[in-house]
Amino acid sequence: MKREIKGMLTGLGVTFKTMMKPAVTVQYPHEREAPAPRARGVIALKEENCTVCMLCARSCPDWCIYIEGHKEQRPPRREGGRPRSVSLLDRFDIDYALCMYCGICVEVCPFDALFWSPEFEYSETRIAQLLHDKHKLGEWMETVPEPEPLEQGAEVKGKK
Amino acid sequence: MAIDIGWGTTLAIKTVIVLGIVPLTALILGYTFLLKMMSHMQSRLGPMDPGGFHGWYQLIGDGLKFLQKEDIMPDHADRRVFALAPAIVVLSTFLVFVVIPAGPRIRVASLDSRGLFDGVGVFYALAVSSLSVVGVLMAGWASSNKYALLGALRAAAQLIAYELPLVLAVVGVVIQAGTMSLQGIISFQQHGSLFGWSGIGFPLILTQFVGFALFMVAAQAELTQPPFDMPVAESELVAGYMVEYTGFRFLFFFIGEFGTAFAFAALAATLFLGGWSVPWVHGTAADVLGPFVLFAKVMLVAFLMFWARFTYPRFREDQLQAIAWKWLIPIALGNILLTGLLKVAF
Repeated sequence: MKREIKGMLTGLGVTFKTMMKPAVTVQYPHEREAPAPRARGVIALKEENCTVCMLCARSCPDWCIYIEGHKEQRPPRREGGRPRSVSLLDRFDIDYALCMYCGICVEVCPFDALFWSPEFEYSETRIAQLLHDKHKLGEWMETVPEPEPLEQGAEVKGKK
Repeated sequence: MAIDIGWGTTLAIKTVIVLGIVPLTALILGYTFLLKMMSHMQSRLGPMDPGGFHGWYQLIGDGLKFLQKEDIMPDHADRRVFALAPAIVVLSTFLVFVVIPAGPRIRVASLDSRGLFDGVGVFYALAVSSLSVVGVLMAGWASSNKYALLGALRAAAQLIAYELPLVLAVVGVVIQAGTMSLQGIISFQQHGSLFGWSGIGFPLILTQFVGFALFMVAAQAELTQPPFDMPVAESELVAGYMVEYTGFRFLFFFIGEFGTAFAFAALAATLFLGGWSVPWVHGTAADVLGPFVLFAKVMLVAFLMFWARFTYPRFREDQLQAIAWKWLIPIALGNILLTGLLKVAF
């Protein structure tokens, strides 16, 4: 009996102590917490790196990337050479209503044209406005943070 | 400075006051303890946005929301009984408020020196608070819902079982104060003295601490609050006997629950802590200060009640009944015996 009574009083003490401690709630939207630099907020597109290889569109589990492109000729690098063809983007849309933020597209892009940005406040009142086109994805590039320094002894993979 | 108002106007004013104060106290208690204190005990903040300052408007908004809901009644429900049940529960709350004094001359009805009922405030308050049992049973039966009925039966059994410790706990107070009138008990505490020192009067909690503990436990059970909330076991019976109630009928139950919590806390504050009285304040100053002092004491007692509420898990029905019949009542009887002996001896 004594143990039970002691337990009951300890319980009261726990709730009282918890009540006196301030709550750690961050009252969004009055207060904001900055997410970590590697947080997955939105995907940004660096158009100059994209070669329209379609790997991202093909690997997206949700098929939320829509790509259209065309080929153009560029002058040869040396005299007498063959004109080089480059692929240019006509349309690169990501439908954020479908996107599940898995990051496969960013991971699989061989030319580092897609980047994660921690920006997350882009809710819309109409679902159609969640389809971000090429221009808007290019704007998100400004919010992409500098890559974090690698740890000691990490393997350096490639240039940005 | 007596203004001559006819009894009709007085009655009307008193009715308005009681009708206004009960939901108001229910709101204040509900907000402070249910929304804010409970939240902080759970490491969260509770409502912060409604009304701007720490969400004080939340319950009022809730009340308004309930008022505009559709009035749904189950097909096979007994219509009149279904509608009357919450009214009876709230009625018993109002009736308890009628007799609690908030100052030497501030009370709605005095029940002192009225011939036959000379000074029976305590008796009346305890008797009338038991009316809610009838309301609960009506609600459970009229809902035409097996689980509501189960909840109502559990509730009735629990409420009846804990009436006894509640009343017996108060008997000790009555024996020591020598009167059943609430004003008399308060004046006993105000003008009393401890070993000759009348600094804080003689709050009866000092000698009747067993009675106080019994009263708190029994009040907790009377209000079907955890750990005695089997009838309203939210995870099992949803809302027990209230499950078929929506809209303003549910609001009535809610107001009844928190209004009764305030009423019992006020009774405890009056019987054990001295009610509206502060020992060195008399006369008109007491009239002005009284309600605030009473309010402060009620909040203190309510804090204890709600603290226990948010800390403990639920008792099983058989454990609940065992506590009442096998523990509380014998302890209460022992307390009465002891108090009586000591009163006669000294």
